Amino acid sequence: MTTATIEKSVPRKRLAINSPAITAPAASRLEALTPSDWALDVRDLSVYFGTNRVLKDVSLQVRNRSVTAIIGPSGCGKSTFLRAMNRMHDLVPEARVTGAVRLFGSSIYGPEADAVAVRRRVGMVFQKSNPFPTLSIVDNVKVGPRLGGVRQRSVLDERAERSLRLAALWDEVKDRLNAPAVSLSGGQQQRLCIARALAVEPEVLLMDEPASALDPIATARIEELILNLKKDLTIVIVTHNLQQAARISDYTAFFYLGELVEYDTTSKIFTGPARQKTEDYVTGRFG
Amino acid sequence: MKAARYPWRKFKDRLMQLVMGGCAMLVIAPLGLVFFHLVKSGISAVNWQFFTHLPKPVGEAGGGMANAIIGSLVLLGEAALLGVPVGVLGGVYLSEYGSNRLNFWIRFSADILNGVPSIIWGIVVYALVVIPMKGFSALAGGLVLGLMMIPLIMRTTEEVLILVPNCYREAGTALGISQWRVVVQIVMRTALRGTVTGILLALARMAGETAPLLFTAFGNRFWTHDLTNPIAALPLQIFTYAISPYDDWHRQAWAGALVLLLMVTAVNVGVRVLTRDRMTEDP
Ligand SMILES: Nc1ncnc2c1ncn2[C@@H]1O[C@H](COP(=O)(O)OP(=O)(O)O)[C@@H](O)[C@H]1O
Ligand SMILES: [Mg+2]
Repeated sequence: MTTATIEKSVPRKRLAINSPAITAPAASRLEALTPSDWALDVRDLSVYFGTNRVLKDVSLQVRNRSVTAIIGPSGCGKSTFLRAMNRMHDLVPEARVTGAVRLFGSSIYGPEADAVAVRRRVGMVFQKSNPFPTLSIVDNVKVGPRLGGVRQRSVLDERAERSLRLAALWDEVKDRLNAPAVSLSGGQQQRLCIARALAVEPEVLLMDEPASALDPIATARIEELILNLKKDLTIVIVTHNLQQAARISDYTAFFYLGELVEYDTTSKIFTGPARQKTEDYVTGRFG
Repeated sequence: MKAARYPWRKFKDRLMQLVMGGCAMLVIAPLGLVFFHLVKSGISAVNWQFFTHLPKPVGEAGGGMANAIIGSLVLLGEAALLGVPVGVLGGVYLSEYGSNRLNFWIRFSADILNGVPSIIWGIVVYALVVIPMKGFSALAGGLVLGLMMIPLIMRTTEEVLILVPNCYREAGTALGISQWRVVVQIVMRTALRGTVTGILLALARMAGETAPLLFTAFGNRFWTHDLTNPIAALPLQIFTYAISPYDDWHRQAWAGALVLLLMVTAVNVGVRVLTRDRMTEDP
């Protein structure tokens, strides 16, 4: 169906959907990067659900303290890629991951690696905000460190406040910290989920369309806070919204049908992409 | 022509509605009947003495069912000690762990067990526990009720845990919380009310079980201080008194039945309140 749309809108000679240029993995053009800049180093990553290969030999490096956006049409494997970065696929019995992912140099799928420890270093915020309904606002933020072994009350209190401030939620909730989390608005709930993830003090924060269910004002707040957060940590964000990717990200990776088509600085992807497919997508010709 | 038949069709429609409505009403009637009859026959014997005194010997007026009421509570306590942890943990296993194949067989067994007539539970425990121990006992009574509770609680616990949206498991896991902590502190906590509801309903059902206790707890007419001895229970006492030839005992049997019904109804109403809160609080 996508193919048909492209055939209508793109001159035939530029149509390259089956050409090797598109299906071969794109080389990274991030010349400036050296291995010590990499928060995540992904090599030949493939993810299968049963026999269905959803992600195909993806290789890319994510730069430390930057925002990397993952874009691409629905079902192209963006979430699957993101969830491979903190071993969420471990929860799905039929999922299988091959290839290598290194987090600041150490393999997260290696025999030495511990999935729980990996997830403390690589946090995640989901598309649909999911604060724990039985916990208060502040307990939602504390639950990660508390169940992770932090027992001291003062440490938990301090972490909760700092995380809520980082998530730009503190001023709105400081007078009702013990109210149920579900009493917050949608945008506040999503910021609470961000605070909850930050309280574990991760080095990388994965965000899967964190603003797709929010109104423009709530979205703007989340974007602002993402720009603030990148001073301290590495953010990988999946977004459907191309303007959002252009506004907040430093690097952009374009996925199509489970493959990484192109990965470059955001300005390059949006103003002069190397691949025709990328240009078609960012100019809204399909997707 | 169609217009001419319209009133007749409307009449038939009305008639069917009435018949079906009447059938539906029939479910309310027995409840009213039971309550009316129990109150009418038993209320005169429900007094302070009934709750605080031991049964009197035949021929003496008065006396109560204090030992049977406490006995029932003891038996339920014993049953809960066995049935609640095993049932809840088994339900957690079914919902959160286990392979599909194994879970199928566990579920299948639990469902079969839930359909086993209670008298069969009684005979089995009689043969395996009462005979080797050379006597009826409160322990055997608690055991049989506990065993019956396990599959019941296991299935309700599993069902309420499965209802917990997966996004909370994912959120907990993504926070670097280990699986068993996610299960206990997040999933079970979210489903706490449902789990408690299942436990209460199972206890309410066990409170009325009579057949298995005939073979195990057996019943007596005094206080039991040693769990290896027989113990009284409300349903047993009702049974004994109801088949006796004495009017006073009949009245007490009705009173016991009334008290038992009120206790079970109270639990059911409590459960309603618990579950209603749940729906209004977190939509
Ligand atoms: N748990 C799963 N089991 C089976 N297939 C899955 C699962 N999760 C995702 N998929 C499949 O993987 C493909 C990519 O999904 P996803 O990564 O969610 O896409 P995106 O986030 O880009 O919209 C889809 O075809 C989807 O059906
Ligand atoms: Mg997705």
